[in-house]
Amino acid sequence: MTGLLARLGRSGIIFLRHLGRATVLLLHILASMGEVLRRPRLLLEQLFSVGVLTVLIIAVSGLFVGMVLSLQGYYILSQFAAEATLGVMVAASLVRELGPVVTALLFAGRAGSALTAEIGLMKATEQLSGLEMMAVDPVRRVLTPRFVAGFISMPLLAALFSALGVLGGWFVGVGLLGVDDGAWWGQMQARIDWNEDLFNGVIKSLVFGFACVWIAIFQGYNCLPTSAGVSRATTRTVVHSSLAVLALDFALTALMFN
Amino acid sequence: MSLTAGTQGGEASAARSVERAPLPDESAREPLVRIRNLYFSRGERQIFSGLDIDIPRGGITAIMGPSGTGKTTLLKLIGGQLRPDQGSVEVDGLNVHELNRQELYQLRMRMGMLFQSGALLTDLSVFENVAFPLREHTALPEPLLRKLVLLKLEAVGLRGARDLMPSQLSGGMARRVALARAIALDPMMIMYDEPFTGQDPISLGVLVKLIRQLNDAAGLTSILVSHDVEETNAIADLVYVISAGKVVESGDPARLTQSGSEWTRQFMQGLPDGPVPFHYPAPPLEKDILGAES
Ligand SMILES: Nc1ncnc2c1ncn2[C@@H]1O[C@H](COP(=O)(O)OP(=O)(O)OP(=O)(O)O)[C@@H](O)[C@H]1O
Ligand SMILES: [Mg+2]
Repeated sequence: MTGLLARLGRSGIIFLRHLGRATVLLLHILASMGEVLRRPRLLLEQLFSVGVLTVLIIAVSGLFVGMVLSLQGYYILSQFAAEATLGVMVAASLVRELGPVVTALLFAGRAGSALTAEIGLMKATEQLSGLEMMAVDPVRRVLTPRFVAGFISMPLLAALFSALGVLGGWFVGVGLLGVDDGAWWGQMQARIDWNEDLFNGVIKSLVFGFACVWIAIFQGYNCLPTSAGVSRATTRTVVHSSLAVLALDFALTALMFN
Repeated sequence: MSLTAGTQGGEASAARSVERAPLPDESAREPLVRIRNLYFSRGERQIFSGLDIDIPRGGITAIMGPSGTGKTTLLKLIGGQLRPDQGSVEVDGLNVHELNRQELYQLRMRMGMLFQSGALLTDLSVFENVAFPLREHTALPEPLLRKLVLLKLEAVGLRGARDLMPSQLSGGMARRVALARAIALDPMMIMYDEPFTGQDPISLGVLVKLIRQLNDAAGLTSILVSHDVEETNAIADLVYVISAGKVVESGDPARLTQSGSEWTRQFMQGLPDGPVPFHYPAPPLEKDILGAES
């Protein structure tokens, strides 16, 4: 019993210590934002590797998720003869929930893990030390552009996911199942609210993006500089990001749609 | 080169002096790096306990010692990447561990460091690696920058390798590219961490000459960490031998080889038996092995 308490206490302390370090790192990153404005090229490079390279997986997933939503929704709605609202259902689920959440989960797996591994390897091979000895701040030069790129990419990727999801849903609903084309778009336009749905979805993806890149960058920067250390940090990035996204989603949903 | 500025213990406690010594000949006699009463530990393991070292200006000072004594650690302490538990490290009159980040970076711009592993940026080509510090810290026009980089690469014999990526280099080549990068900003001091390991006899000879040339032509101060006794003796002006956290002996290489100390003789001549332990501290072998069975 005391052993359990002691273990809990120890993990608590470790957690708090990591949280403290991550916060210090975050403040350092935020204080270095000027660098990104001064040298936009650094940001562009990272936007490419963090954002653009993630587009394909997001696009394909969005398409499929939309198609499945449409199939499932049609099955239920047709029992109430409410197929005309299928478009609303698909769009609302995507924009409010699935777009931000699934994008964030995929982002953590695709881009977050890559960020952690890259930064961790740079640390393990003394590249970060080397930068410091060349009087170049690794946080400013390496971490900050990656952080900003991730933060910008997430809402754009989530928007892409939702847009392609709606198209996939339209293809199944209107194209295959015979829902009326006018009803699909008309109902959607009438019922999807700018503030209630779109804006809240964007807020969600901004929060998720912030959490995911923060976790990924901290894990890379804080990892043990060995191959085992990098591999563990990469795993932790995916696990922690996924849990953080789901927990934050619950909290945000409770706040927004209450 | 003689052992300048021996042990002026009283000055160790002097507060951080921002201004340099006013007289030029005075400052020339001041050591560039002054380490006093340095204590440093990694976890349980005490790495330095009361280390005193002076690195005179303008010469090549070698720091030798068995593997694992903390030579790399010492360079990181001088560069301000690690913090001592006690004692002070002064570089050019500045106490490294009392500077704020900006002052520290200002100081580091005047130091070059050659890492044991090279530490090249793996996503940049050889050319871009050498150009990196110039791009970060200067606003040179592209043609001038190109010329400078090619000259530095020429000095290490790798001008032809400028378009290769670091992953396409051998260990020895990577070390030479790192050297070209370390001298890109024309620093006042270079720290070499094991520059000779992994070099074939030809590039070894070139490297030894290059280090000497750089030092003399550019008026640099060099700190050379190595356990290659022969090469080091050939170019060092002053040698410190450290072991168990302290300076065991110091002086010019010729004197050290003839040293009366059994310890130094063992190290300098590479004798297996003597007072230097080959083993990392451990409980007696019988106890470890038999203990595992019971
Ligand atoms: N990151 C670290 N964490 C804990 N201990 C370390 C770390 N780095 C080095 N050490 C320990 O510090 C001691 C000194 O290491 P250092 O790398 O300075 O040795 P060295 O003299 O440069 O050896 P070599 O000649 O083999 O390069 C070693 O005993 C090592 O076990
Ligand atoms: Mg070493």
